[in-house]
Amino acid sequence: MAALLRTVRTLRRTLLHAIPTLLGIIVLNFFLLQLAPGDAADVMAGEAGSATTESVAALRSRFGLDNPVLVQLGDYLNNLAHFSLGFSPRYGMPVAELIGQRLPGTLTLMVSALAIAILLGIVLGALMAAFAGRIPDRLLSIVSLLFYSIPSFWIGLMLIVLFSVKLGWLPSGGAGTIGSRLTGLPALLDTARYMVLPATSLALFYVAIYARLTRASMLEVKNQDFVRTAYAKGLTPFRVTSRHILRNALIPITTMAGMHVGGMLGGAVVVETVYSWPGLGRLAFEAVMARDFTVLLGILLLSSLLVIAANAAVDLLHAWVDPRIGAR
Amino acid sequence: MSIADAVNIRDRAAERQAAAAQEAAATGAAADGPAWSNMKAPDARSQQSATVAITNGRRALTVFLTNPNALFGAGFLAFVILVALAAPILYPEDPLSMVARPFLWPGQDPAYPLGTDGLGRDVLAGILHGARISLFVGLFATVLGLTFGVLVGATAGYFGGWVDDVLVRLIEIFQTLPSFVLLVVLVAIAQPSATTVTLAIAIISWPTVARLTRAEFRAIREKDFVVAARSLGYGHGRIIFHEILPNALPPIIVTSSVMVATAILMESALSFMGLGDPNVVSWGSMIGTGRELVRTAWYLTALPGLAIVFTVLALNLIGDGLNDALNPRFSQDR
Repeated sequence: MAALLRTVRTLRRTLLHAIPTLLGIIVLNFFLLQLAPGDAADVMAGEAGSATTESVAALRSRFGLDNPVLVQLGDYLNNLAHFSLGFSPRYGMPVAELIGQRLPGTLTLMVSALAIAILLGIVLGALMAAFAGRIPDRLLSIVSLLFYSIPSFWIGLMLIVLFSVKLGWLPSGGAGTIGSRLTGLPALLDTARYMVLPATSLALFYVAIYARLTRASMLEVKNQDFVRTAYAKGLTPFRVTSRHILRNALIPITTMAGMHVGGMLGGAVVVETVYSWPGLGRLAFEAVMARDFTVLLGILLLSSLLVIAANAAVDLLHAWVDPRIGAR
Repeated sequence: MSIADAVNIRDRAAERQAAAAQEAAATGAAADGPAWSNMKAPDARSQQSATVAITNGRRALTVFLTNPNALFGAGFLAFVILVALAAPILYPEDPLSMVARPFLWPGQDPAYPLGTDGLGRDVLAGILHGARISLFVGLFATVLGLTFGVLVGATAGYFGGWVDDVLVRLIEIFQTLPSFVLLVVLVAIAQPSATTVTLAIAIISWPTVARLTRAEFRAIREKDFVVAARSLGYGHGRIIFHEILPNALPPIIVTSSVMVATAILMESALSFMGLGDPNVVSWGSMIGTGRELVRTAWYLTALPGLAIVFTVLALNLIGDGLNDALNPRFSQDR
């Protein structure tokens, strides 16, 4: 009951805090994109090849691009209040629908990358902490620093060279075998085969962060009294490490994982380009190239929402698990 | 790249550390007696005058100079800088010009030790000239981001009150926006060139510094020497820049080396995606063009990538070394 109350209080505080941030982001994005040279009508006219001044003006007035800036902002806010992200002139469909098509791809990629990163990171970090100051620790430190220094698009390409060109084990791009009518488990396995490489390339950088973080916080927890007590009770070192040290060392890791959602989304833009993965990141890139600002605004807004939601989820998790946090 | 907010890790670490330092200060009075390492009963006054470890410059230098990793990093970085400076002398010709038969593999022709790409351009010349743009963007983006971040963070942390609230809100907005997506948007809007890429990277990297600086300033502004300076009637500017800033510098210095590394990674990712300066050869754009040929001529992708990895690794090693040298509490853990 107390845990529930704490959680509700944290939820309210987090939500109240998020609203002004979100408003700020909307307005900032809108004015930022107004600064851009050229608009969607210019691009479409350029692609049509035979546009006249009149037809461009017609396109502009059709999508409301010729209204004063403040009116356009008002329209946009009004649409948002009706849960509509606007209409993309470029793709000829509502932005919300467009994003809805691409979002699952990016989310699966991000979730699997995060899972790989956290698992691998904790294992590496625990090993490093167990051997702190000795050879395995130093070697793993350098390895993790190396992971930290590798650009994800480059390791992505190198993995393609090794695993799909040289060894032929895994596909080099796409999100599933084209034309296959698999269902159930075989379909899942098929998708997994296509996801291994992109998820790994996206994860490596974060593996390094989590490994270092796990190491630092485990070393910090190690000297606490309750660990000494656990040893005094006669528990085995493995049990102390897994049940007492690691558990308490996990709090900073969940905090960081929440913060990394935004970063991973950015990383996904590059990785999705490398692996032609049909996701939000590629959509963002295509929207920039096509100067389709409605789509871009939608993506920026949605990804910011995603970041806010992830942070709120982490806050709630903490408030639920850790009694000290709700007390603030 | 996603990397921008990875700098946060240092930021968070510094915040935790500041908190720990506060605790240490609180228990400091008891430290002369039996060492109760985990005693946490700070009284109100000792918590107010939080101590932040004042770093001893000479000791820090010694620690840094005896750290083999950091020395290796510094040495490699010096080498890259030298190469960047010497590139126009060694290869005076434009690295984008075609000089030989295309698809020469590394080692095939001694005149072109790293081979040529699909258009017959010298790969080695490209890598040497690419070092220039990477370092240029990395250094200037960091200098700009640091300047702005420190100014904002110092203002917020020193003055507090509504100024702090507004600035923190601004920082939060920038930290909520996915930084690489924002970077792509900024560069696309401003038309890619070395200057706009530098500015855009600075714009997305200042919030990290601002947060860090603010945390430091908040911890330091309550200390006795600041109160003393204030009671002597020093102006705000003098207190901020002459009294507090020098003491807040160590974590900022550590962050800056990571920022250069991050900026180099972001520049390479941008130019890989075709959003770099089209008139200058850069490591990222070399990978971008090599990518089309990755099945047959993978060395075109591998070589510039290795240049990025080692340069960034060198900077990160330096950052680690600086961290060990400037944060005595952390180095005890190692």
